[in-house]
Amino acid sequence: MSFVSAIWHFFTAGAHWRGSQGIPQLFAQQAELSAAVVAAALVLGGGVGAVLGHSGRGALIGVNAANAARAVPTLALLTLFAVWPAVSLRWNGFLASSLALLILAIPPILTNTYVGMREVDPEVREAARAMGLTGRQVLTRIEAPLAVPFVMAGVRTAAVEVVATSTLAAYVSYSDLGTYVLSGLNTNDTVEAFCGAVLVAVLAGAVALGLGALQRVLTPVPLRRSTRGLLVGSRPGGRRPAV
Amino acid sequence: MVAAGQPVWTYLASNWPEIRSQLAQHIVLSVVAVGVGLVVSVPLGVIAWRFRAVRSPILGATSALYVIPSLALFVLLGPLTGFEASYLTAEIALVSYTLLILVWNTAAGLAAVPEDARDAARAMGFSPSASLVRVELPLALPYVFAGLRVAMATVIGLVTVTALIGLGGVGQQFTYGFNTAYESPIVVGLVLSVALAAVADLLLVGVERLALPWGRATGHRRPRGAR
Repeated sequence: MSFVSAIWHFFTAGAHWRGSQGIPQLFAQQAELSAAVVAAALVLGGGVGAVLGHSGRGALIGVNAANAARAVPTLALLTLFAVWPAVSLRWNGFLASSLALLILAIPPILTNTYVGMREVDPEVREAARAMGLTGRQVLTRIEAPLAVPFVMAGVRTAAVEVVATSTLAAYVSYSDLGTYVLSGLNTNDTVEAFCGAVLVAVLAGAVALGLGALQRVLTPVPLRRSTRGLLVGSRPGGRRPAV
Repeated sequence: MVAAGQPVWTYLASNWPEIRSQLAQHIVLSVVAVGVGLVVSVPLGVIAWRFRAVRSPILGATSALYVIPSLALFVLLGPLTGFEASYLTAEIALVSYTLLILVWNTAAGLAAVPEDARDAARAMGFSPSASLVRVELPLALPYVFAGLRVAMATVIGLVTVTALIGLGGVGQQFTYGFNTAYESPIVVGLVLSVALAAVADLLLVGVERLALPWGRATGHRRPRGAR
């Protein structure tokens, strides 16, 4: 059987579309893990970033700690949590995986929220103060809405990274689409590994495209900017690749 | 490797020769990937900047490569390079992750060249290609170096994932620690890979200072805005 027809058989076999090791179930578990991590990262990273950005204090430490966390390979965190007795393989690897991915997801959200709050025009902030808004009101009614495009950019970056990297969670026994890749590699089943890789790549691509569209929709109309030209908007130099 | 259950220092000391060779593999994999990435990216960046028609396709293709999870990309290259653990598979994937960063930074660096400098080059009789090579690219180099630093840090981290396809540099310590259920190897691998990234970054900053005395006047000007 040729490689191509073996791939065709993999995707058309009924067994791969039902049960706990079927594509729908593994996909759902990858989505579940990723969604939980991004939501928690938005609360933690967004919260800390907003407080740092509002007060302007402690920012050097916060942002630098976030950047330092980026240098740590996720595979190191996954395996470290997995061998740590308090976490180990609890909840079928969900706990270790989500903690490791959380450390990956917080930095982009935290730094983008911080930058978004600092980018608010000081005159706007002073005008709000002059109108009698309290510090808390300035944060929630002025700075936070104006920072939304930045926060969303951070969420998008984090989500793309988390979905891609959640593939590695299969290594610490969390069942998701990465399970096909790793079990295929372990048993020298190149077809299974290849098909798993195709599924993972398609998922990551779909999430990247979908979140790009969502980001445009969610950004308040007056804040939308062109991202067509060079030098406008995104700076890939600050992004990390999907691991 | 022995003594996985020992404290970090004992473990490191008793396995140093093996860890040293993993460190060497890590450095080779990273430096080759970033070097090849640079050689491929600078011409692509120039083309993307010069010819508007191919700009979107080039940046789109590099973005698409960037989104593919590394473990998946290593496996997807299997039919091309064979499914054995091979340096070729690892390097193709690692290089492809440097492209987006380096191509974009090269193009952005060229876009940031002041119009005055371009005019002055033309007024001095430089042909467009001479102006590109002798005026515009040198002025774009601070951006290229900024890209090199990000690419190097990225690749050093990604090399650890190749442990799952039989390479891995110090990333092999992660799988070894997981398989033996001891944290010492993992801590050693983690500290070494972070230290490697830090040292590489310092070296790149040093090289930039020496090579680009004119870069200091402008500092690391980078495009700002949402990422």
